[in-house]
Amino acid sequence: MMTLLRERVACSLAERLDQAPHPVARSADAGCPGSRGAARAKMAVDGLDLWYGDYHALRDVSLEFPEHQVTALIGPSGCGKSTLLKSLNRMNDLVEGCRLEGTVSLDGHDAYRSVSVADLRRRVGMVFQQPNPFPMSIYDNVAFGPRTHGVRRRDELDEVVERSLRAAAIWDELKDRLKKNALGLSGGQQQRLCIARALAVRPEVLLMDESTSALDPLSTAKIEELVGELRRDYTVIMVTHNMLQALRVSDRTAFFLGGEVVEAGPTDGLFTSPVDPRTADYVAGRFG
Amino acid sequence: MGSRSRSAASHSSVAPLRRRASSLLLRGLAYAGAAVTVLTLGSLVVFVLVNGVPHLTPSLFSGEYTAQNVSLVPALAGSLLMAGAALLLAVPVGVGAAVYLVEYARRGSRFVAFVRVTAETLQGIPSIIYGLFGMLLFVSALGWGLSLASGACTLALMVLPVIMRTAEEALLAVPDAYRQGGFGLGAGRLRTVARCVLPSAAPGILAGVVLALGRCLGEVAALLFTAGTVAQIPDFGGSGALGLLDSCRTLAVHLYVLVGEGLHLDEAYATAVVLLALVAGLNALASAAAKKMRKGSAL
Repeated sequence: MMTLLRERVACSLAERLDQAPHPVARSADAGCPGSRGAARAKMAVDGLDLWYGDYHALRDVSLEFPEHQVTALIGPSGCGKSTLLKSLNRMNDLVEGCRLEGTVSLDGHDAYRSVSVADLRRRVGMVFQQPNPFPMSIYDNVAFGPRTHGVRRRDELDEVVERSLRAAAIWDELKDRLKKNALGLSGGQQQRLCIARALAVRPEVLLMDESTSALDPLSTAKIEELVGELRRDYTVIMVTHNMLQALRVSDRTAFFLGGEVVEAGPTDGLFTSPVDPRTADYVAGRFG
Repeated sequence: MGSRSRSAASHSSVAPLRRRASSLLLRGLAYAGAAVTVLTLGSLVVFVLVNGVPHLTPSLFSGEYTAQNVSLVPALAGSLLMAGAALLLAVPVGVGAAVYLVEYARRGSRFVAFVRVTAETLQGIPSIIYGLFGMLLFVSALGWGLSLASGACTLALMVLPVIMRTAEEALLAVPDAYRQGGFGLGAGRLRTVARCVLPSAAPGILAGVVLALGRCLGEVAALLFTAGTVAQIPDFGGSGALGLLDSCRTLAVHLYVLVGEGLHLDEAYATAVVLLALVAGLNALASAAAKKMRKGSAL
């Protein structure tokens, strides 16, 4: 495992020879520009504390998510990475006894106070761990979001459905059976359909919560490739258990432990020269 | 215990034999249980058919009930009207309550637990108590008299907990992933429930409605006190909505009265055949509908 990881790191670095080694940012200055130059922060959390009842799930988390980059959140189970993801589009509102302090911002505006929930969730889409297409046709699945936000005209919906399925790289597979029930698709197809469904409302940010962990390796590879393309138009924030996936796909990585950000920065730097010994242990596979 | 496990270890051929014997015994019991169930139902149906079918004469369906010709048409109409009206009242309220309990109320709240216990208790109350309550409230206090309206309201109260509990179970069985998917796209709770949750719960809800329908069609005790036994079709033509205040009898009540009078036992059997056919037919219709719904949602 370790040697494999080292090789992957080396490969990854070789591919990016043009990039100088980065000084690794600690959580305090995690917002430094990423590996792709001075991208502005699309989303940011500042001093975020979150409780589920008495359980203190996130502790003083501050992170920035640069526009048109893929940020990976890694860490062992229960470290708070999914919790952080869910607080970015207020899915935590649905959890009983969830309370949070600090700010989450989208384009510099407070996501909890100056944006409506419906609008926030339209602009910050989400793809879940388990593919969750609705029990309706493929077409209706993709059209669900646009219809929710008031699109009624047939030609407009047709256009959105095709565009979204193309963006999720699944149009060619599904174009002849748009009227078929979505639950008849394979797991990998379902997940790409869910990505298409999320893209149909023209989000600006896409949250992916371990979206490949329920899929086979081939489907995973397809989705990873897709994520690489999506960064051109969207800002992607993904939670992953798979460090190699973070390494393959992401521009920046944040390492979580016990509800805190231990270290965050450009992915290559974090994996090759971690500053914090706990990060070094984790990325070397010594725990987690 | 210790000796048994030792014997099982040393005489390894004995244990499988014993296990086989007990498995044979269990299998026998299971078959016997199934056979008793099927035979009971089968003999009941055969008994009713043998005694009833020969007496299914055209005069039974003549429309007008007289002392000489105990036509069952008024009772058939009464059954359909009574059950239809009761479900019309109970289904929206029951499903609405279930939606509130599952989708809107705080999960694990005391209120939800209280409502659930109440509904379960109500399900266990003998129907004659509902009849008594219906008589006091609808017949006397509200002054509706022995009528279709009083009977239907009483039946509605009786089947409300059945519908509510089955709808609640059906909603609880819907994966949270559908809700998250809906909310995650910016849909509100109403749209998420109406478009993502209810459609996949519909077959389960329908099963509860069928159960309730069966109870409505089979009920006698509660109706004797509230709807009376007048063998006529409520007069909606002549008196409009006031027909709701006419007394009428359902097939089950008709059957009970015929047997009680003892003058028309053959016609009572024939009525039983019609009632059986009605229940079987409506059940078949409902399961066909459920199948269609599942097909729409799962294939």
